[in-house]
Amino acid sequence: MTLSSSPLLERIKELEREGLAAIKEAVDLDALEQSRVRFLGRRGPLASVMGSISSAPPPERPLVGKAANAAKKALAEAMEARKAELAPKRRRLASVDGTLPGRKLWAGGIHPITQVMDEICGIFSELGFTRARGPEVESVHYNFTALNIPLDHPAADMMDTFYLEDGVVLRTHTSPVQARVMEAHKPPIRVVVPGLAYRRDSFDPGHAPCFEQIEGLAVDEGVDFVEFRAAIHHFVNAFFGPSVECRFRPSFYPFTEPSAEVDVTCTVCAGSGCPTCKRTGWVTIMGSGMVDPAVFEQVGYDPERWTGYAFGMGPARIAMVRHGIPDMRLLYEADVEFLGQFA
Amino acid sequence: MNISYGWVRELAGAGGGSGARSDLPAWLLRAEEAAARITKIAASVEKSETVGVGLEGVVVARVLEVGPHPQADRLSLCQVDRGNGEPVQVVCGAPVIVQGGAYAHVAPGNRLPSGFEIGSRKIRGVVSHGMLCSEAELELGRDRGGIMRLGDDAEPGVPVADYLGLPDTLMVLDLNPNRIDLACHMGVARELAPDGKHLNLRPSGGPEWTPRWCDGESEAEGAGVRVEVKDPSRCVRYLAAVVRGVVVGPSPGWLAGRLLAAGLTPINNVVDATNYVLMERGQPLHAFDLACLRGGGVGVRPAREGEELTTLDGQTRRLTGRSSVIHDARGAVALAGVMGGHDSEVTAGTSDILIECAHFPPLAVRETARETGLATDASYRFERGIDATAQGDALRRCVELILATAGGKADPEALRAGAPPPAPFQIPLRIKRVNQVLGFGLDEPAVAAALDPIGLTTSTDAPGVLDVSVPGWRGDIEREIDLVEEVARRVGFDKPAEKVSRFRPSAVPDDPSFARMDRVRQLFVGRGLLEARSLTFVPGDFRGSRADLAVPNPLSAEEGYLRPAIVPVLLRRLEHNYRRGHRAVRLFEIGTVFGVGTGEGREKYTEEIRVGFALTGGRFPRHWLRTLRDFDIWDLKGIAVEAAERLCGGSVRSLAGDCDEDRRGADEFGASWLEWPGFGMYRDDELVGMAGLVRTEAVKEPAWAGLVIAGEFRLDAVRPSSAPRYEPLPSFPATRRDISLAVPRNVDAAAVEATMSAASPRLLCQAELFDLYSEVSEGDALRGLSWSLEFRAPDRTLTDAEVDVEMGKIAHALEEGLNVAVRGS
Repeated sequence: MTLSSSPLLERIKELEREGLAAIKEAVDLDALEQSRVRFLGRRGPLASVMGSISSAPPPERPLVGKAANAAKKALAEAMEARKAELAPKRRRLASVDGTLPGRKLWAGGIHPITQVMDEICGIFSELGFTRARGPEVESVHYNFTALNIPLDHPAADMMDTFYLEDGVVLRTHTSPVQARVMEAHKPPIRVVVPGLAYRRDSFDPGHAPCFEQIEGLAVDEGVDFVEFRAAIHHFVNAFFGPSVECRFRPSFYPFTEPSAEVDVTCTVCAGSGCPTCKRTGWVTIMGSGMVDPAVFEQVGYDPERWTGYAFGMGPARIAMVRHGIPDMRLLYEADVEFLGQFA
Repeated sequence: MNISYGWVRELAGAGGGSGARSDLPAWLLRAEEAAARITKIAASVEKSETVGVGLEGVVVARVLEVGPHPQADRLSLCQVDRGNGEPVQVVCGAPVIVQGGAYAHVAPGNRLPSGFEIGSRKIRGVVSHGMLCSEAELELGRDRGGIMRLGDDAEPGVPVADYLGLPDTLMVLDLNPNRIDLACHMGVARELAPDGKHLNLRPSGGPEWTPRWCDGESEAEGAGVRVEVKDPSRCVRYLAAVVRGVVVGPSPGWLAGRLLAAGLTPINNVVDATNYVLMERGQPLHAFDLACLRGGGVGVRPAREGEELTTLDGQTRRLTGRSSVIHDARGAVALAGVMGGHDSEVTAGTSDILIECAHFPPLAVRETARETGLATDASYRFERGIDATAQGDALRRCVELILATAGGKADPEALRAGAPPPAPFQIPLRIKRVNQVLGFGLDEPAVAAALDPIGLTTSTDAPGVLDVSVPGWRGDIEREIDLVEEVARRVGFDKPAEKVSRFRPSAVPDDPSFARMDRVRQLFVGRGLLEARSLTFVPGDFRGSRADLAVPNPLSAEEGYLRPAIVPVLLRRLEHNYRRGHRAVRLFEIGTVFGVGTGEGREKYTEEIRVGFALTGGRFPRHWLRTLRDFDIWDLKGIAVEAAERLCGGSVRSLAGDCDEDRRGADEFGASWLEWPGFGMYRDDELVGMAGLVRTEAVKEPAWAGLVIAGEFRLDAVRPSSAPRYEPLPSFPATRRDISLAVPRNVDAAAVEATMSAASPRLLCQAELFDLYSEVSEGDALRGLSWSLEFRAPDRTLTDAEVDVEMGKIAHALEEGLNVAVRGS
């Protein structure tokens, strides 16, 4: 038995021949990779030859190992050479005009009002608030009566209403969801209600006939004005930044008492007075107050036991102040050049 | 609401008068700080402006002589005395200049508040040394068509600003609708004064008047006149006084100056007195020329159908029974609580007057104001509810002011018709309740100290309970909670430190639609779409508007209807973008659509949240290396499949235009814009959305526009969360084989793929179509489709022989099942 006739060595030589041929014939990088896997892979024939080295007679073993390594090396070198031939020619960077524009993909974007609403809901979620929803076509009962708003009161005059038919309106605020939530659940209640509201306002730089609102409601035992202020203050600092001040001013809503409007330092002029804040240094961001006992009575809560606070704000207006948008209509026109600025 | 700061400060105790005090807080003496205080505790001061600045060169001048201008009919020539004894010649354009009257004169070399420098100049050949000024020229208010006449108490040579008590600060207050008590200077002063129960009222300077009241339930008679109020829903109470022999003329400087500082224009001493009382205490009054009232009396009644009345503004108004009027023996003489009549107006020649001081109820005045389209200082206050107890004092104040400024003699009898004023009432206030709602930790004295200064007088009832008596001007206070608000306001909303308390989490679960929306946004934004938020209205002539979704009282035709679908609205937004020159537009919107069902009232209307999308133009932003490729039907299908599969866990199927069921499904999504055939999005075999190419007629598009693709689906079909199961990654390599097929026209690609999968159920792991030739041979009968197939076993590397077997099974199945031949074999 000669060494040259050893079946293992023969097999190695044959694999090397086949492999080199396959590499040469590979027409693209994919095919080259397939032949690499086929001949040099961990489960390929060369690997299995190496694995069966123990079956060879002991004197033969070093020779087999050496031959196998040589074949591996030859194949690997041929592979590299072929790869270089097949690889797309890279241009030398020196010859490229680096000032030419790069290629882009379209950027999608969330609407600036949605961004504001998501952020608001997120901050209140830290304070244990969940999100709730209610219908936009609403009964006069939920829109007015359940909120202690008499229909002949100037307060109802404050809201110019779209009536669909007798007793059915497009809700003038998201507040009717307060009553709906309280009817469906027992305290503790902490909800924010992002949604659309409708008012008979002309579509102009400062108004839209339908617009977003976020309502908030917290009801439990022991919820008082001091806690309400703390919650709103937390929100203001989280949303507008720690340097922004907020103040509470007396206001009037039929469904809260005491009622307060919340102003924050004008972010445009930092409180020194500018057209955005009408030179007052303050921008009003929400109407709010302690839930009126009459509202609790309407939904069957004992007003002597439960107390709570409620607030409502306009994300569109907040987005306008935040981004310096001068005309509310821009928010609803879906001009891609406009929306792209917030993407 | 306009407020003169100087007036409020005086009422609160500054300056002279019997009610002046020396203990005023420092902030009250500075306009800016006083404004901040008003904003904080009562009503927001929207702006402050100084009235009466730049008047340094303007002095009182008395007209010594007045005659016509020699060269011009419309001009007059005056000699005026500026207090230095030397008459000055002034040319004047105003028609009526009264000899002996006092006017504001600017001498040459001085400036008007606007900065305009006055000189001596020739006017039609006559030199005018300076000018006599109007209110507008002095920036003291609106012109009343002439030169501003000053009171007879004006001394020539005195600066006009000094004479009028200016400058002053005019503050514009934004009142809350429940706080009509703040619509007067006493109301604001009560909030600021150390003791709002004792304000520093300026003496009238004339005789006192204490009338003998002639009372009657529905009519009263005295002082030679009669008043009649029959319907309490039109007039609760009507008080009247008669003053005879007044001399109508300009008001004295202090009174005119107050009115100017509060934004009113002085008219004459009688009218000014009524306006002064209105601004002082919020009670509207009206003075009639008694000689013009026929039949010696007045009454309140509904207007007669078609009755005409010329009001003070010179307009003749045709009335109906909805309006309430004051009438005399012959007809209407004033709109009750809104505006006086032109024919009984107090004029220069008036001598005897009847002064009305009434309480008209809010609803009646609102009706009258609404019907006539008028909103006046009087109607504003009546509509919101005035102090029902204030008429007697207000009438007395007004009469005394008239006696002081216009002379004459008040009749000792005065009339009162109607219901007596309501008795004062008390509300018990529990200290415990105050602290339950506010958390301020106040004790009884602290609560009393907050309420007492504004006239909410407290007395201790039971331990822990205060009895609070409510004054007439606080008609808004009816319940305990109203008092709690007063305490909070007066103590200061910001007073006790905030405490972050522990809170119990909400018992209300998070509404799943918000999580759904988040997932939709994530997908579409990741694919390069921009979120739109459109108005939910569509105009009547708009494609896809439905008659049963008409809004009965729209403000404009643009808002005539509620939208039944989203895509048509997005197409409209697309057109907006076309007009702005944008060719590449990618929009999606999540919003409500409306429908009408069969229920009653609110239940009749249905609404659901839908997701819509519309795309057109370049698939990628333009780049210099490649020409732009546009969105086409296959991009649409890609998006539809992603939305259906990834968001809803569903699938997409073709919808045929000739299938009734498919057409009905498309209608449900308002897809009149669809170019058939389209794609249906399904979840659990239910059609949840649709997508397709938009017909060219459905969009007004410019010539350069590309194809438009769009789709719409229900938000509730989206799964609120996706937590996919992990699938083990393959351990062994796959073997790839390409297969080219000649496929008959009637066999679709999905059928071929299904057949291939079925023929090699375990080892064929992926089939990817990579080529399609429409014409292979024999005309159009066959299509050439090529797939790249991947075979893989989970436990070993497949041998070529094994893959060959699988390929054979696939070829056989295609041939047998679909009559599809493998090409090139």
